[in-house]
Formats: sequence, C-alpha cells, structure tokens
Amino acid sequence: MLLTLEPRLQQSRRHLLLSPLLAALLTLLCGALLFAALGHDPLATFHTLLIEPVQDFYGVSELLIKAIPILLCALGLAVAYQARIWNIGAEGQLLIGALAGSALAINLLDWDSVLALPAVILTGVLAGALWAALAAWLRTHFNANEILTTIMLNYIALNLLLYFVHGPLKDPEGFSFPQSAMFADASRLPTLFDDVRLHAGFYLVLLAAVAVWVLLSRSFLGFQVRVLGLDSRAAGLMGFREKRLVWLALLISGGLAGLAGVSEVTGPIGQLVPQVSPGYGYAAITVAFLGRLNPLGIIVAGLLMALLYLGGENAQMTLNLPQSLTELFQGMMLFFLLACDLLILYRVRLGSWFRPATRKHTEHAPA
Amino acid sequence: MPHSASSLRLELRAITKRYPGTLANDRIDLRISAGEIHALLGENGAGKSTLMKIIYGVTAPDSGEVVWQGQRVQVRDPAQARALGIGMVFQHFSLFETLTVAENIALALGRDAGTPKQLEPKIREVSQRYGMGLEPERLVHSLSIGERQRVEIVRCLMQDIRLLILDEPTSVLTPQEVDELFVTLRALAAEGCSILFISHKLGEVRALCDSATVLRGGRVAGACVPRECSDLQLARLMVGDAEGLEASYPKASGGLTRLRVDDLSWHNLDPFGTSLDRLRLEVRSGEIVGIAGVAGNGQDELLALLSGETRLPRGERERITLDQQPIANLHPDVRRRLGMAFVPAERLGHGAVPDMSLADNALLSSFHQGLVGHGMVRRGRVEALAENIVRRFGVKTPDIHTLARSLSGGNLQKFILGREVMQQPTLLVAAHPTWGVDVGAAATIHRELIALRDAGAAILVISEDLDELFQISDRLGALCSGRLSPLKATAHTTLTEVGRWMAGEFDNPAAA
Amino acid sequence: MDLDLISNILYAMVRCGTPLLLVALGELVCEKTGVLNLGQEGMMLFGAVIGFIVAFSTGSLWLGVLLACLAGILLAALFALVALGCQANQVATGLALTIFGIGLSAFVGSAWVGKPLTGFEPLAIPLLSDIPLIGHMLFNQDVLVYLSFALFALITWALLKSRLGLILQAVGENPNAASAMGLPVMRVRTLAVLFGGAMAGMAGAYLSLAYTPMWAQNMSAGRGWIALALVVFASWRVLRVLLGAYLFGLASILHLVAQGIGISIPANLLAMLPYVATIVVLVLLSRDAVRTRLYAPVSLGQPWRGGH
Repeated sequence: MLLTLEPRLQQSRRHLLLSPLLAALLTLLCGALLFAALGHDPLATFHTLLIEPVQDFYGVSELLIKAIPILLCALGLAVAYQARIWNIGAEGQLLIGALAGSALAINLLDWDSVLALPAVILTGVLAGALWAALAAWLRTHFNANEILTTIMLNYIALNLLLYFVHGPLKDPEGFSFPQSAMFADASRLPTLFDDVRLHAGFYLVLLAAVAVWVLLSRSFLGFQVRVLGLDSRAAGLMGFREKRLVWLALLISGGLAGLAGVSEVTGPIGQLVPQVSPGYGYAAITVAFLGRLNPLGIIVAGLLMALLYLGGENAQMTLNLPQSLTELFQGMMLFFLLACDLLILYRVRLGSWFRPATRKHTEHAPA
Repeated sequence: MPHSASSLRLELRAITKRYPGTLANDRIDLRISAGEIHALLGENGAGKSTLMKIIYGVTAPDSGEVVWQGQRVQVRDPAQARALGIGMVFQHFSLFETLTVAENIALALGRDAGTPKQLEPKIREVSQRYGMGLEPERLVHSLSIGERQRVEIVRCLMQDIRLLILDEPTSVLTPQEVDELFVTLRALAAEGCSILFISHKLGEVRALCDSATVLRGGRVAGACVPRECSDLQLARLMVGDAEGLEASYPKASGGLTRLRVDDLSWHNLDPFGTSLDRLRLEVRSGEIVGIAGVAGNGQDELLALLSGETRLPRGERERITLDQQPIANLHPDVRRRLGMAFVPAERLGHGAVPDMSLADNALLSSFHQGLVGHGMVRRGRVEALAENIVRRFGVKTPDIHTLARSLSGGNLQKFILGREVMQQPTLLVAAHPTWGVDVGAAATIHRELIALRDAGAAILVISEDLDELFQISDRLGALCSGRLSPLKATAHTTLTEVGRWMAGEFDNPAAA
Repeated sequence: MDLDLISNILYAMVRCGTPLLLVALGELVCEKTGVLNLGQEGMMLFGAVIGFIVAFSTGSLWLGVLLACLAGILLAALFALVALGCQANQVATGLALTIFGIGLSAFVGSAWVGKPLTGFEPLAIPLLSDIPLIGHMLFNQDVLVYLSFALFALITWALLKSRLGLILQAVGENPNAASAMGLPVMRVRTLAVLFGGAMAGMAGAYLSLAYTPMWAQNMSAGRGWIALALVVFASWRVLRVLLGAYLFGLASILHLVAQGIGISIPANLLAMLPYVATIVVLVLLSRDAVRTRLYAPVSLGQPWRGGH
C-alpha cells in the first residue's frame, strides 16, 4: 500500500481546528472549478459571492441578520449533538416558533405594551421547545428514532404553517396574499441602528452563545450530556439519567430554534409569510458540525454560512447563478469536513515501500 | 503416527509483526510435527493471538517464513489456510447468532461445499464421530457456550484438516466440559492431526500437550516439554521475574452484613440474555466474596442489578439491601452516594469513557466527592483527584489529560480501580478485575482489593478466573444459567466442587 | 364507494408506493450488511434530476433511468468513501449526503424546472389488466412499476434463499467474525451501499419520468426519509417492505379517497398524512425494544475497520 492509516492514540487539537478550515478551503477550490466550468471567472465570482455583500456597514448588518437564526438553531443543535441526539428538526421547530409567535402577535395588534414583545418571543420559544418535546416524548416513551421523527415533524410543521398562513392567520385586508397582517411595533424586535436593519436578536445570540458555552464546558449537567453522547453505557453505569438528558437537550435545542423563528417574524420580516426560512434549520446542522459543536466555532461557521446565503442572493442577481449554490456549498463543506476528520482519527503515513526497513529491537536477542 | 523430523507439519521461521507502538511478534520460531499437540503459552499481550492470526492468514507478517509440510507458503487469507488444511477456533467465536448451525458451517466452507441442507447429514456424522452432539438446524443464539464451541470445531473438522488451532478454548468452559474437549482433541491427534493449543493455564497445558513454546513480550522465551516442568518453572518463562506470582493472602471472616441479596429474581426481556432465578447472597464488611462462572450465565445481569443500571420496581426494593436499607429501586448515582462503588467488566465504554481524558474519567464516578459546586465542575479538584489516583496506583500515563483509550488495559484498570477505591466505598462490586491485565498490574490490583477489605469494606468479585478467585476470595460461589450456588468458605471448598457448581450441579439454595 | 373508485385507489396506491418500494429495498439490502445510509433523499433527488435531464436531452427515457441509477451510485460511492473508507460517523455522513444531494440536484436542475416531458405511459397487459379490482392495479401500470415487481422478487429470493443472503446477514451481524471467516466485509458493504444508491436513483427517475414527468426542486418531498422509516417498520424483513410501501402509498393518496367519499379537508392538512403516518408507525413498532433487538442487524451503523 502506498498510504497507510494508523489510528492516533491522542486526538490532535491542532487538527480539530485544521479540519474545518481545510474543509472550507476545499469547498472554495471545488467552487472555483465549478465556476470555471460554467464559464465564470472564479476570482470575480468569489468576489461577488464573498466580498461584495459585506463591503459596507449595511452589508455587515445584513450578514448579521442572516446569521442570527442560523446561529440560534446551531447553538441549540450543539447541545443535542453533544449528547448524540440527532435532532434534524431545527427547521420545523423554527417554523413552529414563528407560527406560534405570529399567532399571538396578530392578536396583540392594538396592545401597545412593553410586555407584548416578551410575550410573543416567549410564545415562540415555548412552541419550538414543545415541537422538540414531541420528539423527546416519542423517543423516551416509545423508543422512536429521533432522526426520523424530527424530519417528519419538519414536514408537518411546514404544512401547518402553510395551512395557517393560507387560512386562519391570513390578513383579511391583504388582497388574498398568503401572509398575515404586519405586527404592531410593540411586538417587533427593535433595530439597533438608524439606517440598517440589524435588530436586537443579535443580543439574544450572544446571550445564547454564552449560556450554551457555560452549560457544555463548565457545568456538571453539560458534562453528563457529553458523557451520554460519547458513551451511553458509562452514563448508565454512573446513574446519569438518559431520559432527563434527552429531554433537556431537545428542549434547549427546540427552544433556541423557536427563538430563531420568532425573532425572524418579529425582526426583519414583521409578519408571518410562507417563506419564513430558506432552510436555516438545515444550514444550522452544517454550521454545528463545522463549528465542532463549540459555541465559538459555531459563531465563526455561522457567519460563514450567512455570508454564503447573502452571496448566493447576490450571485443570483448579478451573475444569474442559481440560488441553490448555497445549498450545494453547504453539502460540500459538510462532506469535506467528515473526510478531513480522517486527519484527527488517523495518521496518514507513507507505506512501507518508502521507509527503510528498520528494526528497533535488534539489540535484544531471543531468549 | 510417528513423530519424526520428516513429518514436520508447520514451521515458522523468524516471524515478525509490528503494530503502531508495539512489536507484537519478534522473530518467532515454532515447529509442530504431525499428530503433535503443541502448546503456545504466554500472558495476555505476549503475542500469541497475533502469531495465530498470521498462521491462519488473518494478518500478514512483516517478515519471516511460514513452511507448511516442507513447502514455503504465504497464507494470504483464511480461505487459503483452510484449503491448506489449517482450521482455527477463535476465542471469541466467529459464529452468527441469527443463522442456524448448518448455515454457519455452509458459510464458512464456501459455495462449493454445498447448501446448508446438503451439509446437514455430514455435520451430524462428524459431530457424532468425535462425541459432540449437535443439531444442525438450530439457531446459534439458542446454543450454550460449550455447544457453540463444538460448532466451531465441527466446522473445522468438516474439511480434511491437518492442523487445528484453538485460541484459549477452555476459558469459556466448565472444568467438566474441558475434560470432554480434551478427549476429542486427543482422538483427533491420534488420527494424525496436529493441534496448536493456545492457553495461559498451566495445569491444562500439562495435562494435554506434548510440547510447548512460551512467548513473552512478543519473543520466544523458551520451549519445553510441559509434563517435565513445574508450574513455577513455566510461570517464570511466561512472566519473567515479576512479583506476585505466588502471593497468598490470609483469609478473613468478615463482620456485619453489608450487602444482602434476598430471593432476587429478574426476568430478562432480551432474547439473547439470561434471567436470574432466586439469588441469595450476603457480603459482610471486611470480606471478599467471589462469584465464579462461565461468561453469559447471568454475571452481567447481576452486576447491572447491583449497580442500579437495572432497577426493580419500588414494591421489590427490599430484594437488595445495603446496611439494611432497601436499594433495589435506586438509581446508580444514589447508590454511590450511599457508599457503593463499581468496577464493570468492560473498561473502555463502560467503566471509562474512551474519548475523555483521565481527569474527566475521574469526575465520571466521583462526582459526589465534592467535585461539583452549584452545578459547576470544580476543575482544580477534579485534576487534583486524577493526579492522586495516577500517583497512588502507579498508572503509567504521560499526564491526566491523556485520553482513556490510549492507556494500556492494565494501566486503565489500575486507574478505574483506583478511582473507585479512593472513594472509600463501604461496598465494592468488581467484575473481572484483572482480565487481560499483565501479572504486575494484577498483583497491584489484588493487593489493593485486600487492603480495602482489611480496611473494613465489603467486596464482591465476579470473575471467570478460578485461580484468582481462590487466591483473593474469602467465600466462593458460582453462577450457572442465572442461578447461584451456595457460598462456601474458600478454605472449605475445592476446584472440583466449584467446577460442579459452574456446571449447575447444586441444589437451589432458595428451594432448600 | 363503487368498484371503479376502489380499483382506481388501488391503482394509485401502487403508483405512489413504487418509489418508496424501490428506495426501501435498496436501503434494506444496505442495512442488512450493517450500514445505515441516511442519504436516500439526496440520492433520490440527484437520480431524479439526472434522469430528467438525460431523458429530456436525448429523448430516451430508458437512458434517463440508466443514468439516474448511475447518479445514485455516484453519490453512494461518495458515502462509501467517507463512511466506510474513512469510518466517519454514518449518521453524520448520511445527513451530509442528503444535504449535498438536495443542493446538487437543485443546482444542476435549476435550468430545467417546469419543462414538459412525456414520461413512461401505462402499459396494459392484455387480458390480465381486465381482471376486476386488481387488474388495473397490477397489470395496467407503467413499465417501471413492473420492473419494481421483478426487483422485489429478485431481492426476496436473494435475501431468503441464496448464499448471498447468508453473506449479507453474516456481515451485518458480526463484521469481525465475517472477516475472520474470510468474507470480504468491506467489499460486501460497499457493494450494498452502491446497490442502495442505484435503487434510490431509479426511484428518483420514477418520480421525474413516470409519476410526475417533470423536475421540481425537492420533488421527492421526504420519500427518502419515509423509506428509511419503512425499513424499521418492516423489521428488516423484505415481504413487509412491500406491504409497508403500499400502505404508505395509500396514506399519500388519501385526498383521492377523501374526494371520492365527498369530504373536503384543506390540502395542506391532508399533505401531512404520510408524515403523521410515519411517526405513528415508528411509535407502534419501536416501542417493543425486544423486537428491534431480534431483527435489526446487530452492527447497524457501527463503523468497522478491518481487523489487524
């Protein structure tokens, strides 16, 4: 064999960082080849895709706006994935959060109180958590695989949202467009600056990041979550309650996804529309892995993902490239990441052909 | 068949095999004649398994020659080994539980041998010829361990076989089953089949084998005729001058009853598991109680019930008591807070989290020792504890941030045992405490268990190693098919008696 | 309800169940060897888009089907490389494959959305198709449905009666033992994954060339995931996969039934039914852990590295 793989005895911290970077680089490289093949100048395309959108403060603000829901979902997923609970349902939890928050908000159109916004936000969080709780209940009581249940709940959530936005929640004065009435200002997240759209959801992300970091890295509860994820039998032997931890992880990730949804409708959108999320909940899966389930890493990966979304829109407008470029890059990045993780688990070595046949133990004669 | 140099069946010349971090086989020579029963002796990790896998074509040597009946061969894979006439019975059986006996054998023999149906008559015939009853149409998961071993042997005998390799075949058998196996093996050898018998049990090797090659640390430590050697001579060849070979500990009689298991029955829903039937057991402070038995007779289930991984409903909580307090319904963490500690059979993946550092693995079971405050982990205290364990128990590791998976079996076991002992438990339950551990580490572990006993703790040791149990236990019993034999003072029982218990030959004490 | 309606419902049930049957059979073979490939949805979509583009460009539906299978195999090979070759986590790799497949198919197919194509037409088998009730259902389908019947028969025979079935079972139960016995575990698993890819690709082609001859982004609408649930539902037994596929087919055409008996329910709520049914089925079948333990391949989802 030319190359051999030897398992590493210690995971290398350097590679823990190296592998996401390498994955991002390889994705860019593949992207360049793809653009060239399609007859676009790769450098110019990357400029349109990755630099142009964030050249001014407005662009940065738009980037952060896109990053907010992705980051909230990904931070929640990090908790679940640390416990090896494969919650694929952030998208559905986000949609339900948006739906429930909106349902309250359009009933509060005339309530001009400081309590309106917290009530709407809380409703969204609870609804997201509740949607995830369904999966938790199905898993802890009926042993149903959470991957499949959360995926199915995504489709159900989407159809629920469509039903409500075409039906009960539709704006009666909206010329039969499938969308709700605009929310009252009291139910909207305030913007942070005058001339850009960046809203207070930004602070919610920072808060969530710190909270998730403390939970996972400092608390005993987080330790139990990690043990459950790495070795559920050891967790059982030590008396860490698997069911409670499953509930905890799913409620946290569902709540944060619900927060993402409600912060979209109360933030930049301002009403309930069918396209609340262009797949933020799925993008968050890639972000969580790319960020190594670590809050800081997730923030970096989430900003990158937001940039891809923003750049994808830009490339569609100026270069007529399909918007699905974003999803393609997402998939590529995740794939490369998994392949690059090979570097963490194994040491790649040149095969024995290339090494002189050394014998370390020649000094010992057989007894 | 005559044993002469001309009838040399297998010869290994300077076989060398290196794995990352270890030299598993270092220029090993071995010669086996036709009809010879040859022992390959050595401690765990001496390189026996690697050598067999090389002969059977599972792994390729880095250098060295294999000579088969006078011809140099390269055994590329097990199929070729079987074509040459080499058969192997693995320690961990390579049988498929969801297939029948005949399907298993058909799969191993290859397409040309015929379909399972076509093979059935021959399976019956071969198994009867060597006195091993087998029903070809039964599913393997319904067979006992001994029966499964017969499947493996019959599978080898279905072909024209010249060399049969058996890897620790007796470790899963009761002493009586061992005798039956030896009858079969002798009959085979008398027909001219060579047998390579891998073991670390000296008594068996002396009873069965014509000659022996002893491995130590990947090299040949010596060759001998086992019948002419004493245990001590063989042991010295195997382990060098390690301490603890002949350690004997004074027996204790114990004080107050700490653990009481009272008429404990438990129905296992797992179709491949064992149910427990009316177990009665007491462990007193200051004594070690040993439970013998072949794996799969309810040890795992008993351990899970004692640790709290499996719990009984509240109504049955009196089935297990600790210092007269009912605990059978309590979770493991609550039991730990009451002073219990556990060393499970599997180190990696049960007793320790492979991908966590030693420090985190110290926290794993010692969380109730002041390492957590206001829900937050006290990092400093955790690391101090880990350092302490490493130092006091002589765990060889670069530092406490090393991953548990990178420690050798013996070192990790010392760490796990140390972690539990440092909690000063009133009751310690340990399963297979020295399984796969080198002699030095085993001696350390035994000394620590005795010291803990002498400090007043009650200890329950579940083990398959009878020598170990006789060495350290004050009282002994055995599990068979989920039933527990009476417990007797070690001084008042014998190997034969415990062997009978392991085979289920006892009156259920609950019925008495 | 009259006989015609029932006959039509049965006909639509088989049509709807066919893509599920194809994917689920592929995944069943794959899981039998112990590999869990969650990327079915992605492979299916890629198969659908490639099949459509090829058929549209060349005018040959069969070439479309063939290349759709190859497209599925290509993505499956990617999965095999990462999950088997590199022993990456199979769950994560499968998810990545789905996300990648969704993105790739949307990207590749962006210029083909909404283009018209004449797909496979029903091919009535003389006499047989006139049998009341089941004739329409079984013998008046398009040729891909007939192919799915044949594949089902072939796979059933292979799994239950052939030596290959024993090998798949053995590799899935205990790869270490299988390898020690000299079975080529890696090769068996890789081929099983590739086979699953071909089946998913074909299922995709069925969607874009027969079921609704067109390409739309995400047109598989979760069928790849439902098929995964189906394998659990079937407790890894091939006959039940057939049953399950058609039951789910029935669940997804319930709006027809509703119309037939004159009930009006909002379309979006009816569209939830297959997904709700999937959850209900998962719950009913998973609650008995013993059953799962008896039938699930023991090594399912576990990375395996050739032994020393």
